[in-house]
Amino acid sequence: MSLEIIESCVNCYACEPLCPNEAIYQASPHFLIDPDKCTECLGDYDDAQCSSICPVEGAIVDELGVALNLPGSLTGISEAMLAKYQAAVEATYQAALEAKTG
Amino acid sequence: MDLPVINTNSSSGEAAEGGGCASHSCGSTDDQLGHLPEHIRAKVHNHPCYSEQAHHYFARMHVAVAPACNIQCHYCNRKYDCSNESRPGVVSEVLTPVQAVKKVMAVAANIPQMTVLGIAGPGDPLANPERTFATFRELSEKAPDIKLCVSTNGLALPESVEELSKHNIDHVTITINCVDPDVGAQIYPWIFWNNKRIMGREGAAILIEQQQKGLEMLTARGILVKVNSVMIPGVNDKHLAEVSRVVKSKGAFLHNVMPLIAEPEHGTFYGLMGQPSPTAEELQALQDACSGDMNMMRHCRQCRADAVGLLGEDRGLEFTMDKIEDMEIDYPAAMVKRAEVHAQIAKELEIKDQDRLFQAQAKAALAAMRGEADAPLSRPVLMAVSTKGGGVINEHFGHAHEFLVYEASPAGVRFIGHRKTTPYCEGGSSCGDGESALDETLRVLKGCEVVLSAKIGFEPWAPLEAAGIQPNGEHAMEPIEEAIAAVYEELRAAGKLEEKPELQQKVA
Ligand code: SF4
Ligand code: SF4
Ligand code: SF4
Repeated sequence: MSLEIIESCVNCYACEPLCPNEAIYQASPHFLIDPDKCTECLGDYDDAQCSSICPVEGAIVDELGVALNLPGSLTGISEAMLAKYQAAVEATYQAALEAKTG
Repeated sequence: MDLPVINTNSSSGEAAEGGGCASHSCGSTDDQLGHLPEHIRAKVHNHPCYSEQAHHYFARMHVAVAPACNIQCHYCNRKYDCSNESRPGVVSEVLTPVQAVKKVMAVAANIPQMTVLGIAGPGDPLANPERTFATFRELSEKAPDIKLCVSTNGLALPESVEELSKHNIDHVTITINCVDPDVGAQIYPWIFWNNKRIMGREGAAILIEQQQKGLEMLTARGILVKVNSVMIPGVNDKHLAEVSRVVKSKGAFLHNVMPLIAEPEHGTFYGLMGQPSPTAEELQALQDACSGDMNMMRHCRQCRADAVGLLGEDRGLEFTMDKIEDMEIDYPAAMVKRAEVHAQIAKELEIKDQDRLFQAQAKAALAAMRGEADAPLSRPVLMAVSTKGGGVINEHFGHAHEFLVYEASPAGVRFIGHRKTTPYCEGGSSCGDGESALDETLRVLKGCEVVLSAKIGFEPWAPLEAAGIQPNGEHAMEPIEEAIAAVYEELRAAGKLEEKPELQQKVA
């Protein structure tokens, strides 16, 4: 039973000192959880500590690969909103590019 | 935090009325620092960080050792530095405490003007207490001539006050954006508190309580506290005057309102929501509204958190970690050199203080001779200046990354704030983009009637004039405040200060 840190981790160090089992360690390209040490905080805290402070939705997943913090749950930025603005940013970028070449 | 200075407002007229004291933190009853107890005023006077003139001579640096954070702000994307203390979208190199100590000592030995070290973003230094305090402990021991400062969101402040008071802490900066949880709920989506993530209004209420408690505990111990606020139009802009009032009543000595910077490409909530940033004019209006209540700091440049150097310059590239590893530093010897440089600067500042006093008295005497009757007719004028530092006009218009804005009025010259821009001419090939960069500069200079630079090229001249901004290159290498006073006097003598510029244009 263990959680896992995946590639969207931004290496902010926040989770590392909180782990009651010292299961989290710095690694490249991002922090990792030692699956043998992680207990999902059972017996120590009500909530898993790493996923309670992690600012990045989706950076920490359970054994089934399900994110503990779902999209939009922390930032309030929904996937639809993100897509819309990504498109807007892309459009401005393209326009700037065309203005330069054209 | 970048070379903090207060708006000293040491305008000549006021100083003279105040009983002949030209220095900015003593004397007159309407002194902005008047509400502070004597021992704090003594600390602030001519302090490299808070004195408008001293900040041209001293430097600060930041190191990033503590990247964790215990809250989320809607203007922050945690891929980058803490937006409370740095420009959004910037990534600083995170150092271990050992590396940080080495870097600070290398910089201090090579740049004797560096007197203040800050630990700021990315992250909240007090959410990483071990790393922050390990750095402080070692520096207090090895380099006792460096003052330390720390910036925090305040959540973990009360539990850190005891440890903070053990170090050579110069001041603590708390970012306080609100004192009302309903406002806070629109700024902070969550906090991490007592081993739980707490969302929304409940989290904001705890954060506010901790910030206020921390502020009270620090001032009770005589530690200087500066408060930063991010102005977010439509969210807390109306509320910040109240914040100013509350933090002042609890003993904060300085309040610094910074504009929100939100672009979609930063990937922040506000950036993606299209939350507008305040214009330079809106920011100034709010700063003016708050300053009746409290000392406002108007110089904050929201610099890179790991910048090294003097007033807007960045010498960070000379001090990358691999270069530092190879440096041999004899700190005791450096400390002797540093003390000499500091004494020299202190002497220069003292002479300047005396000069100012003398000029103020001369001006007051002159005004008395002329008779005050026509004085109130002269309206205040905003003027922008480009400078590389040293308190003189020594930067070309086309090379300026920022302009310092001053207000000239019959009461004297006072510093209003910085306005950043993209240099009109980065030199060489990028000059092709000159036109759009000039538009940006014209926009940030809105409201100013004169711009003083070491040199102003032919091209920007006409657009500046058309925008109602008179270019002026006649005061190159002159001290800023004297040059502005001289230009103001010229305008007054030419009869241009009796009516608004719009009216003149119609007549002309
Ligand atoms: S869930 Fe708990 S035990 Fe597992 S890594 Fe996270 S903090 Fe450590
Ligand atoms: S808190 Fe999240 S983002 Fe930060 S280091 Fe841990 S897993 Fe990575
Ligand atoms: S306190 Fe600083 S690092 Fe933390 S969320 Fe706010 S801006 Fe970001």
